Amino acid sequence: MPGLTTQISIRNFDFYYGKYHALKNVNLDVYGRKITSFIGPSGCGKSTLLRTLNRMYDLYPDQRAVGEILLDGRNILDRNVSVNELRAKVGMVFQKPTPFPMSIYENIAFGVRLHERLSRVEMDDRVEWALRKAALWEEAKDKLQNSGMSLSGGQQQRLCIARGIAVKPEVLLLDEPTSALDPISTMRIEELLNELKEDFTIVMVTHNMQQAARVSDFTAYMYLGELIEFGVTDEVFVKPKMKATEDYITGRFG
Amino acid sequence: MATKLSIWRKIKNRIAMTMAFLAMAFGLFWLFWILITTLDLGIASLSLKLFTQMTPPPGSEGGLLNAIVGSLLLVSLGTLLGTPIGILAGIYLAEYGKHTWLGRVTQFLNDILLSAPSIVIGLFVYAIYVAQAGHFSGYSGVVALAMLVIPVVIRATENMLLLVPNPMREAAFALGAPKWKVIVKVTLRASAAGILTGVLLAIARISGETAPLLFTALSNQFWTLNMNGPIANLPVTIFKFAMSPYQDWQQLAWSAVFLITMGVLTLNIIARVMFRSSKHT
Repeated sequence: MPGLTTQISIRNFDFYYGKYHALKNVNLDVYGRKITSFIGPSGCGKSTLLRTLNRMYDLYPDQRAVGEILLDGRNILDRNVSVNELRAKVGMVFQKPTPFPMSIYENIAFGVRLHERLSRVEMDDRVEWALRKAALWEEAKDKLQNSGMSLSGGQQQRLCIARGIAVKPEVLLLDEPTSALDPISTMRIEELLNELKEDFTIVMVTHNMQQAARVSDFTAYMYLGELIEFGVTDEVFVKPKMKATEDYITGRFG
Repeated sequence: MATKLSIWRKIKNRIAMTMAFLAMAFGLFWLFWILITTLDLGIASLSLKLFTQMTPPPGSEGGLLNAIVGSLLLVSLGTLLGTPIGILAGIYLAEYGKHTWLGRVTQFLNDILLSAPSIVIGLFVYAIYVAQAGHFSGYSGVVALAMLVIPVVIRATENMLLLVPNPMREAAFALGAPKWKVIVKVTLRASAAGILTGVLLAIARISGETAPLLFTALSNQFWTLNMNGPIANLPVTIFKFAMSPYQDWQQLAWSAVFLITMGVLTLNIIARVMFRSSKHT
């Protein structure tokens, strides 16, 4: 495909939970301004891999990563890389909506304030920009001071997306972002992801194979901690190179 | 067969329910008896003089003003001293020391402190403070009360912080927030109502504590705001007046009991309402 740029390169990557070897020699390129999906059965390591891209595992002392993950040519696993600066570049949205116990406005301003000093007017603009990008502005503009928890589940998840992109990251990580939502909310988020890839590189973990097929440009199939197959979504789904991928996709296993 | 089984189940259900109901009634019976006696004898002697005059010598007119003000001073200063320590220690236990050796030891010691008889706390403060200073004082009473507040607030803070779902913490970290900011802006805020409830319950607890004050603040027949000397307070006044042979002192003791009971009841109700309303937001 023409015009592809590599945003993240994962090289010879291994991951351990204590002694358990959760990811084995993963090599993968994530392309800029595209949507990449990780699919595979539960426990295959897809969420683990996603959570290394913003070094979420740093919170847990017994988790350990070995290898290289290059973002803009820099190894983010390097001890010298500031985790907080990395997370400003790589945002994340979780499975269940996690609005903070504060107003809708403050939910978005919280992340921005961590990295930038903005005037009141600039902050208002940024909050509006993020809410518009997350397709929540029309619903939320009259109640910005209401608690973020007062929104519906689907709206809360879009608030979390708005909060993530308000920091203006390069990459957005989504860990099963629609598995706790109803079909209508899921559809809205999928539409939203299609618009967001104009500006952001998106990496998504999903249990829903149709979702991966519908939304993503690239798909990685993982099994038992190994990357089995990676390629353009259409090719992975229509004519997978590996027998294991085909078995999983056709529902013969998993 | 099936009907026989279901009848037997119904009977067992009834028996269990009856026993639970009787146990509840047994507990409530004493509570209501205490409350009714307090109301009956307390209201009878309720008058404006309680709030305008000092505790009297036997046989003369008087009120409880010095004891009320003394109690307010002791309880509020005890709370002010104990609460920040309790909250900070609770934060340590829930957010930093969860799996550490020091955390586990602190937790264990706090459990002991939580169930320690208050008279032990009183004697302890007597030994390390009052005996060293050579005199009873309001400040030593404040220290004793603070030591009762601390374990309650630690437990409330720790439990409330542990109730905050971990994904919320991770979401704040994922935005690039340093740990202290995650705690101050997100997890503490999420558990604020619960922690405040804990503080109110701690205040309710120390409002009626007598034993720790007997060895520390003691009591004072006269008006004083000097915290470096013995100071009047409601619980010790009740203790002294109720044990006396004088009718008017006994009457004042009932009034004081009434005041404390109403105060504690109000605090408990506020705490419950606050905690409930916080769950709905």
